[in-house]
Amino acid sequence: MLSTQAIPQSWGRYPRVKPARVVPIYWRDQVPDLQTLPGPLLAYGYGRSYGDSCLNENGTVLAVSHLRRFLAFDEEQGLLRCEAGVSLAEILDLIVPRGWFLPVSPGTKFVSVGGAIANDIHGKNHHKAGTFGCHVTRFELLRSNGERLICSPTENRELFEATIGGLGLTGLILWAEFRLKRIHNPYIDMERIRYDSLEEFMELCAESDEQYEYTVAWVDCLASGSKLGRGIFMRGNHNESPEYARKPLPRKLPLAVPVDLPSFTLNTLTLKIFNTLYDHSQLQKRVFKVIPYEPFFYPLDSIHDWNRMYGRRGFFQYQCVVPYEQGYDVMKEILQRISRSGQGSFLAVLKKFGEVRSPGLLSFPRPGLTLALDFANQGPKTLRLFDELDALVRESGGALYPAKDARMHGEDFKRFFPRWQEFMRYVDPKFSSSFWRRMALVPAREQSTAVEV
Amino acid sequence: MALQKVVIVGATSAIAYEAAQCMAAQGAELFLVGRNPAKLETIAADLKVRGAQRVETFLLDVNEVARHQAMLDAAVAAFGWLDGLLIAHGTLGDQRKCELSVEETLREFQTNALSVIALLTLAANYFEQRGRGCIAVLSSVAGDRGRPSNYVYGAAKGAVSIFLQGLRARLAKHGVAVVTIKPGLVDTPMTAHLRKGLLFSSARRVGRGVYRAMQQGRPVVYLPGYWRLIMLVIRLIPERVFQRLSL
Ligand SMILES: Cc1cc2nc3c(=O)[nH]c(=O)nc-3n(C[C@H](O)[C@H](O)[C@H](O)COP(=O)(O)OP(=O)(O)OC[C@H]3O[C@@H](n4cnc5c(N)ncnc54)[C@H](O)[C@@H]3O)c2cc1C
Ligand SMILES: NC(=O)c1ccc[n+]([C@@H]2O[C@H](COP(=O)([O-])OP(=O)(O)OC[C@H]3O[C@@H](n4cnc5c(N)ncnc54)[C@H](OP(=O)(O)O)[C@@H]3O)[C@@H](O)[C@H]2O)c1
Repeated sequence: MLSTQAIPQSWGRYPRVKPARVVPIYWRDQVPDLQTLPGPLLAYGYGRSYGDSCLNENGTVLAVSHLRRFLAFDEEQGLLRCEAGVSLAEILDLIVPRGWFLPVSPGTKFVSVGGAIANDIHGKNHHKAGTFGCHVTRFELLRSNGERLICSPTENRELFEATIGGLGLTGLILWAEFRLKRIHNPYIDMERIRYDSLEEFMELCAESDEQYEYTVAWVDCLASGSKLGRGIFMRGNHNESPEYARKPLPRKLPLAVPVDLPSFTLNTLTLKIFNTLYDHSQLQKRVFKVIPYEPFFYPLDSIHDWNRMYGRRGFFQYQCVVPYEQGYDVMKEILQRISRSGQGSFLAVLKKFGEVRSPGLLSFPRPGLTLALDFANQGPKTLRLFDELDALVRESGGALYPAKDARMHGEDFKRFFPRWQEFMRYVDPKFSSSFWRRMALVPAREQSTAVEV
Repeated sequence: MALQKVVIVGATSAIAYEAAQCMAAQGAELFLVGRNPAKLETIAADLKVRGAQRVETFLLDVNEVARHQAMLDAAVAAFGWLDGLLIAHGTLGDQRKCELSVEETLREFQTNALSVIALLTLAANYFEQRGRGCIAVLSSVAGDRGRPSNYVYGAAKGAVSIFLQGLRARLAKHGVAVVTIKPGLVDTPMTAHLRKGLLFSSARRVGRGVYRAMQQGRPVVYLPGYWRLIMLVIRLIPERVFQRLSL
């Protein structure tokens, strides 16, 4: 559990920067006066963003993890209202036994509702359900001038759209309401299919998108040549049989990584071994299983603090999306560069995003292929590789995911998020983040006046 | 032990809230007592969502001792009978202010010791007569030995611990469990101003411990358990040496 005054870090543990102060928020109606708190301000949930979008060097961090109460649960309609610091884990504990599920689940359940909105998170069902923000019906936003605004598609619509995917910059979300999804039991009908090339991945997507709620692939990033892009395709649906509704879920104690491991434990060799094992553990081409939802959605959550495996230097995650049109070729090129660099990790996830549009102005997901993988921080060498990959993403008309970023360039941000200027109108003047300052966005008009002065 | 109908005094305390969540998940009926109506409503709504069969709130500043009986009567009237009482309110006063003001010292004592003793006096008779149930109080490790940094708070908690010790022996014969809970350092609004070192635990961990201790009717629990050892060592330090330690 996060102590409020522990120094807030991001999941990648890079960059290591400190805020000037951490102010815990305990009650919605007793938020300290944001006007008098020294700025810049930024909300912090559980620090499951990888880079610096949840960090606020030398600023004031508003720790919202104590805002953890439910407000209302309409079990008929599947509508849940809770404070912004409630974690998805806690929501699942409440709703799954009552036959409901999250509309969208990221790869870890230890994220807050506020964080889920601020990054407009996506999951394995993006092709069917869109992003988390698509299911939010309303929320309350506290601005630094003390205004408390209910935002919804009909009330304060502009702020609603700016806050979804708004990187925490539009103010402090106090509570939110969103729609849930009906389930019959906590189990997933899962199929794992070993595939040997990127072409095959594309075919599997085309074949599965219609009939499977959840699809994703784990890619062996070190495979090259004809094996490029090979991996395991996973697809699943919620199980519907009454028999599983009676089956109790297994309770496993999570493992933990208690200390920082030296970073050499994750060198290329171990990665290669891991990748090969993963591939061979699955000799049959297709495996069908009914499994509890947790290992299906959150395989990494069973090892607490696994980010410490990367040692003190921390690590990066690189997540990009490339549009369908060039998707296949560009992704091939990206995988080739990663494979050649030998820097890739065992955690590479490939997924096809769908067409469902999010209300968010700065939402990251868009129709195309998205790839996400970890890189140990090897300094300039790693950064150079990223710059190469950026060029490919840029040319394809794709984008990078700010929630995973610690190094993208401001110029690229403008290209990736063409509505950034519109967004700037809704940024709270007192809110900012290390990420936001790094992007150093100056609207064109202000730039020119600056030159005149 | 069944904890189906429980009164929680100081229900807005972070630790009590965590214990209450465990009860709510079991479908308990909860009678929440506190002085801040907005906070009480927030907690009440949450516990309902989490499964509490029924939640009632009662506004009370615990230092209005004259209203204690009315509060207990209201709880019994609402639920028919009571299985448990958890007393959780407290203030970690400013030690320095207490040293400079008799009034301040007595106020801290009033909130942390006298109000608790008053409540216990009434509740003991109810549970004794009923012949079953559980009374639990959040005392503190600070009550185990007086320290220069917080001896006013510590003395009040120490008084409560001793009172509970006697009460436990009295009520044991009547099938009533009296549980003294001694948390160590817990990350809650009470300690918001303190730097969080390694010895701090989450309210969740401690609150769940409170619930388990009540279920099992344990006599004295330190939370987390390792505080029993720490306090054993602290109590063993000779007075001369202790004076020179800056604790
Ligand atoms: C193992 C792992 C797997 C992941 N998988 C996915 C995935 O599949 N899909 C995906 O989309 N993401 C994924 N993520 C990223 C994660 O979902 C997001 O970074 C999420 O936003 C983290 O939530 P958090 O509560 O930890 O917020 P933080 O990281 O603490 O903060 C994130 C942002 O939210 C803002 N914020 C937080 N609370 C509030 C509030 N109350 N009001 C206003 N702003 C607020 C912060 O200011 C910050 O900008 C994954 C992360 C991990 C570690
Ligand atoms: N936190 C620790 O490290 C720690 C360690 C050992 C023991 N304890 C004990 O654990 C208990 C719970 O504390 P906590 O840590 O959970 O802190 P907390 O969240 O600050 O709770 C303290 C509670 O006491 C209530 N209270 C104080 N004075 C009151 C009064 N006159 N009338 C009614 N209610 C009053 C407060 O009500 P309002 O919300 O209205 O202010 C608040 O709900 C306390 O008895 C504390 O002494 C805590």
